[in-house]
Amino acid sequence: MHISNGIINGPVAGVFAALALAALSFCVLRGRRDLDDRLAPMAGLVAAFIFAVQMLNFPIFTAGVSGHLLGGALAALLVGPWVGALCVAVVLVVQALVFGDGGVAMLGLNITNMALIGTAAAYLLIAGLLRVLPRTPFGLSVTAFVSALVSVVVASQGFVLQYWLGGTTDLGGNLAGLAGTMAGFHLLIGIGEGLITATTVATVAKVRPDLVYALRALKPATPATVPAVGGAR
Amino acid sequence: MGAGHAHVLYREVPSPVHRLAPEVKIAAMVLFTVAVVATPREALWAFAGYAVLVALVAALARVGAGWLLLRSMIELPFVLFAFALPLLGAGERVEVAGLSLSVDGLYGGWNIVAKGTLGVLASLLLAATTTTRDLIVGLDRLRCPQIVTQIATFMLRYLDVLVGEARRMRVARVSRGDDPRFLWQLRGFAAGVGALFLRAFERGERVYLAMLSRGYSGRMPVVWRGAGAATAGQWLAAATVPVTAVLIAATAVVLT
Repeated sequence: MHISNGIINGPVAGVFAALALAALSFCVLRGRRDLDDRLAPMAGLVAAFIFAVQMLNFPIFTAGVSGHLLGGALAALLVGPWVGALCVAVVLVVQALVFGDGGVAMLGLNITNMALIGTAAAYLLIAGLLRVLPRTPFGLSVTAFVSALVSVVVASQGFVLQYWLGGTTDLGGNLAGLAGTMAGFHLLIGIGEGLITATTVATVAKVRPDLVYALRALKPATPATVPAVGGAR
Repeated sequence: MGAGHAHVLYREVPSPVHRLAPEVKIAAMVLFTVAVVATPREALWAFAGYAVLVALVAALARVGAGWLLLRSMIELPFVLFAFALPLLGAGERVEVAGLSLSVDGLYGGWNIVAKGTLGVLASLLLAATTTTRDLIVGLDRLRCPQIVTQIATFMLRYLDVLVGEARRMRVARVSRGDDPRFLWQLRGFAAGVGALFLRAFERGERVYLAMLSRGYSGRMPVVWRGAGAATAGQWLAAATVPVTAVLIAATAVVLT
């Protein structure tokens, strides 16, 4: 759901750009503390992975946006909310600058929806669900699936809010219809995203549980075992 | 990220635009896009002016019109939306060829097509004239926080790792007797996504440790940052395009 130039008016885009800049600055501050030798390559790979899966685009004709996998939940699970939001934001910036996917002037809106709202919703759910669900691989998979699904739908409603605030064309009473279309499509996309996130995180957690940020954050007492690098195969 | 790491959109030809420092091009592109978006949609002539600017830069950068058109297909969903708007929009309506169309919707559709296309063309021109390495050096010189350039560096580097690993896994699957055709590849691919991620991570981790042992400290080498930084002349030369765009936008705002 990259918003292209001209869909939302300038002032609203400006306000959201300022909002996104402030939030990302905070993420930079908190993310610096998180980013160690183990997280740096992981952050890069998560960003590359998200970049690759966002190439799968499904156009939503009646809403003027394309729907695709977002990766916010995957990022929140594997590298934490702060670095995770930065990863998604970096993907969006590079896509806008180089591929023309999503307008440069609309970056603030896109970052707010996908990097900030998506990752925040996912992380809140992850933190809650991991406390409630049993600490089993199945519990982790369910957490990943649900948080991915919900985060995609919530992020899609961010666009509806922005369109309500500053859509360039008055759709009359069709705003509820827009919200419904966006939610419906992104429910389907969310199921796909949930499955990918769950399988990926489950595999990583099985082989290298030390790499899953969400599991690390919950049990800080256990000393992290550093595996022999490159010896896992 | 040495030689040979240019991305698919980069056009390897010598031109004055290619020789400009990357930070200059990024700044010019962003300013140009903002000027375009700030233009009132009723000022049709202003958009013609922007199109002329884009065409001039494309000619100067020796980027062909066919290539630009083909690559701007990414915008297609938005264009389709733009065509739907006149039918969906509210307010005053006009009759065109037997269809009752909303005036606001027509302007809205035009707004999206014009601003979207100009934005896409501007970023394609940046992509065609700047390698990925230069892009990151440019962001670094524009005072982008180090953690962000670091993530971007690894992202672009690991994209190749990810693609390479996916190809190896596919070759392995095919050589074991799997015969995937078109959509049916998806199943085999989906089942292997977790494994792909892990394999790419382990390869990427080795790349990272190799970089560390060669003295990588989370920043671009100082030599890169210093050498080739934009001169005042380059800033001035590149500023002509966005400044013209800003002037057009300002005139359009005053006139409408």
